[in-house]
Amino acid sequence: MVKKGEWVLIHKVVLTPEQRAPQVPDDTKKVPLELWVKGYLQQDANIGDEVTVLTRTKRLETGKLLEVNPYYKHDFGKFVPELLAVGDQVREILFGGADNE
Amino acid sequence: MSKDMSYAAVMARKPEIMKKSIGIDYSDFESGSIAFDYEKMMRETGYSLEEIQKIQAETGVGNTPILELKNLTALARKCAAPGKGARIFIKDEASNPSGSFKARRAATAVYHAKKLGYKGVIAATSGNYGAAVASQAAMLGLKCIIVQECYDSKGVGQPEIIEKARKCEALGAEVIQLSVGPELFYSFLVLLEETGYFNASLYTPFGIAGVETLGYEIAMQFREKHGKDPDAVVVTNAGGGNLTGTARGLIKAGAQSKVYAASVDLSGLHMAADTQFNKKSFTTGHTGFGMPFSTWPDRSDVPRSAGRPLRYMDRYVTIHQGEVFYITETLAVLEGLEKGPAGNTALTAAFSLAQEMDKDQMIVVQETEYTGAGKHVQPQLSFARENGIEILFGDPKDEVPGKNIILPSHPSMIKAKDADLNHMRKSLIKNALKINVEPTEADIEFLAEETNSSVEFVKEAIASLE
Repeated sequence: MVKKGEWVLIHKVVLTPEQRAPQVPDDTKKVPLELWVKGYLQQDANIGDEVTVLTRTKRLETGKLLEVNPYYKHDFGKFVPELLAVGDQVREILFGGADNE
Repeated sequence: MSKDMSYAAVMARKPEIMKKSIGIDYSDFESGSIAFDYEKMMRETGYSLEEIQKIQAETGVGNTPILELKNLTALARKCAAPGKGARIFIKDEASNPSGSFKARRAATAVYHAKKLGYKGVIAATSGNYGAAVASQAAMLGLKCIIVQECYDSKGVGQPEIIEKARKCEALGAEVIQLSVGPELFYSFLVLLEETGYFNASLYTPFGIAGVETLGYEIAMQFREKHGKDPDAVVVTNAGGGNLTGTARGLIKAGAQSKVYAASVDLSGLHMAADTQFNKKSFTTGHTGFGMPFSTWPDRSDVPRSAGRPLRYMDRYVTIHQGEVFYITETLAVLEGLEKGPAGNTALTAAFSLAQEMDKDQMIVVQETEYTGAGKHVQPQLSFARENGIEILFGDPKDEVPGKNIILPSHPSMIKAKDADLNHMRKSLIKNALKINVEPTEADIEFLAEETNSSVEFVKEAIASLE
């Protein structure tokens, strides 16, 4: 159970595939236009319930409850060894050679 | 009675929603035919350069330093013919409050919204402009909503865009994230109608006039330090506002510098395609925006865009994703400057263009952008690899967007490639004629200005279309 007043993430379908704009590419037309927004939960609910939230600009939005206290998970990615090679190469070209050993 | 919220009905209400949310009646500038009075629009709805300098100074925007990239210049000279290799400079726009030059555009737009009495601002952007509007709205005490195109249908988001969402929220904004598709504009209109907030579009006269200070500062800073204007200014080009504003500022300063546009080559990838959304490693500064917006600026979120880049560019070059990542890494290790990759598009082009110029010439890149988790060479390359993009060393000209990213085997392989400006001019003329009116003499003169060409060129182009 998620309590009223908690900060949550909700999801909703804005346009179903049939309602999408005529000019969208075929692969996009097969899927709905989806929306994610965060806000304060307006009633006690369970994950997956249809709920109403009060957003940061005090608007009411409805959608399916996805997460409580949502947080960012993006990071600096996995190590990319090629970047080390680039750094070594340009330093070698510019400062390398016998004079700098 | 409740309003019809279907896609078609909301799009049909666009003119009234726009008028209410921007406070500009664009019909005042229309001729009823192809031509419209661009300069009148910039004059009557914009602000003077002096007013904008004052507005921007109030929130700490502008007057960013210009850094000479001596080591990068030395590297370019190692790759260039004897006597070649212009001095490369960069204007460190990342030192603006929100971390990019977009603070300049947002400063004027949000100031204007506050002056007109709007309670909040909305911007449709997946780029640095979101944080810029959020930052300005925070300072001026207005509410702020940023609408982003962020995820594909599997819910996988571009790390660069997710970071921008985080920054907007950190600055107090509400962020609405959408899946791929041009109907972002539909959601944007619905929100404008619901809230009555100001449309802080990137393409209003206030937004573009906000960038004029950037071009003006470049001329003034070079005159003070070097006693002359730079020979060339390179601008990363997407929607065209950055180039338009910078060029107009240079003109207002009386500078004769050449203005070069640069975009990352993403040819072959469809920008509105769900399955291709996460196959690209650049979400802005690329040809997917640069080409269509240059050849038809009025595709933006306002009836008439104040960003009209073909009027001002002397050259348009493209560069590959792998080359930009290579130069971004080089900037970090040779110059001690860690910046976001998208903003380094123009720098990568400048590295190549400097090699065509003489040693005593000066070329300036007019922006940098902030970097952070998600918005950095490492996560962007790591994300590409996870999405099945091959990353390898080789000749960048073999790069196929959506399939591989080729880091140059040697920096001498970094080559800016010229786009065919005359072809682009003809495309703009062809697009303008789509409204199916017989072009008047005034229209032909307008198109000559739009394409920075001549009446003869336009007449010939029209004849070749018939």
